[in-house]
Amino acid sequence: MPRVGWLRIIALASLMAAVVGLQVVQAAHPPLPLPTDSGNMLYVRSPAFMKRAALSYDALVADIYWIRTVQHYGSTKLANDKKKQYDLLYPFLDLTTSLDPSFDIAYQFGAIFLAEPFPSGAGRPDQAIALLQKGLRMRPADWQLAQELGFVYYWWLVDNQSAGEWFNRAADMPGSPNWLRPLAAVTLAEGGNTATSRKLWTQVAETSEADWLRRQARFRLAQLDAMDEIDILTRAVQTYRARVGMLPHNWLELVRVGLLRGIPVDPDRHMLELNPETGKVTLAPDSPLNPLPDSEHRL
Amino acid sequence: MRTIGLVAISVFRESVRDKILYSLVIFAVLMISTSYLIGQLTAGQDVKIIKDLGLASISIFGLLIAVFMGIGLVWKEMEKRSIYALLSKPIRRGEFVVGKYVGLVLTLFINLGLMTVAFYAVLAYMDLTTSADIRASWAAPATDIQMLRAVALIMVELMLVTAIALFFSTFSTPFLSAMLTIGLWVIGHFNDDLRNVGGYVKSSVAASIGKALYYVLPNFAAFDAKAQVVHAQAVPASYLVLTGVYGLVYVAFVLLGAVTIFSRRDFI
Repeated sequence: MPRVGWLRIIALASLMAAVVGLQVVQAAHPPLPLPTDSGNMLYVRSPAFMKRAALSYDALVADIYWIRTVQHYGSTKLANDKKKQYDLLYPFLDLTTSLDPSFDIAYQFGAIFLAEPFPSGAGRPDQAIALLQKGLRMRPADWQLAQELGFVYYWWLVDNQSAGEWFNRAADMPGSPNWLRPLAAVTLAEGGNTATSRKLWTQVAETSEADWLRRQARFRLAQLDAMDEIDILTRAVQTYRARVGMLPHNWLELVRVGLLRGIPVDPDRHMLELNPETGKVTLAPDSPLNPLPDSEHRL
Repeated sequence: MRTIGLVAISVFRESVRDKILYSLVIFAVLMISTSYLIGQLTAGQDVKIIKDLGLASISIFGLLIAVFMGIGLVWKEMEKRSIYALLSKPIRRGEFVVGKYVGLVLTLFINLGLMTVAFYAVLAYMDLTTSADIRASWAAPATDIQMLRAVALIMVELMLVTAIALFFSTFSTPFLSAMLTIGLWVIGHFNDDLRNVGGYVKSSVAASIGKALYYVLPNFAAFDAKAQVVHAQAVPASYLVLTGVYGLVYVAFVLLGAVTIFSRRDFI
């Protein structure tokens, strides 16, 4: 090989060795600090402008905003930061549904993302209602949107009257299932108890077309089972106290006196916890059914 | 007619030699990759997103082919000075321009056909690998034949874009032709705004000019039925025929303009 050829090979090998060496040095250095702001940024907030800018690709741009919505919701929900915010959720959903007014999943899931209490969701049932009402203006005969509105009033605003009225309106719409009318009647007459909640979630689990929503409904039903179980166990603890004169230290003591057949577990097979000082029964901290709804919110 | 056919076939062969079909490979890879990734990125509606992306890709790739090949059709012959040899043969200038146009439309037609086959193949795969209960929640079947109506309108739109690109290329440089064609295509999506300009401005003259432009400029927004077919909304045959005829008449108008300008050009 001529001398120039060898020199070229040596130069190439030297440069590659230098690149690898520098990469090793760089890897040993601490990375640059992350920016201190939340990084939540939305350059365009005007649906009217974006609809024009998208030309004939508005449905595709709506898909992109929907994917960004899901990512924003998912990453914020999973973040451990106590200052986390779902501040872009509504603008994203507004853009998505303005660009593609027939994007029914964006209305349905979006309302759930918005209405769920913080930190699982944005805790903004008012925005969920605004989104669903926008959907109903676009699709006035969509019973699922009216039913969703009923759900928001029932679960997150604890307003049985409005919930029942929306279930009734949904029942009036073409193609609505026949269980909606009795549901409206039950909500108006006996709303507020867990039996009504169980009926609502059972209907969603059995009839929803969206897989994600069915999973959500099954999760809520498991939470309801856990709450019922906690009620039964709390009564057993009180019975033990009445018989023995003191609170039990653990579950085995209740088993020994015949109040329990075995160690109680929640529907997700996690052992339930007993506080020996207060007698309070709770889910295990690592149970995926946490957090159970508090007194302000229903299940 | 035979001369037009010969020119058209030569344009088609040249397009294939230009490796234009590589764009199809990129398209197919993009589509297939997307179908796998999309399930990870979204909650539900993955088939809707694949349909949106597929139809938009067909439209965008087709637009790029139409613009960037259309602007070079005549200019390339002048740049290579082969126009002198061509025009010295028994071929009329009008036949030359129309032949060039037909050749590129043929290329576009085959490209769009192959892209549509790839699009339906991905959707058929989605259909096969999805459970029956999820399929039941879709607004329309994955391989809904109605989507061909949107593809047909895209084809007419691209025929018009090609004619416009060819028109500009008869008297302008490729860069300027591309800018003018894309500019006209963008303006053509704002036709409704032109019609309603009277609602935004006080001047009645401006409102009249806006309205006149609405009727004169090509209405590209009319060729968009992508969102409708994805949501299984009806695109009536009457709309398809009316828009198709509108597009073809506009193509004839633009081609006649191109032939007129090209016939008056002095190459000596």
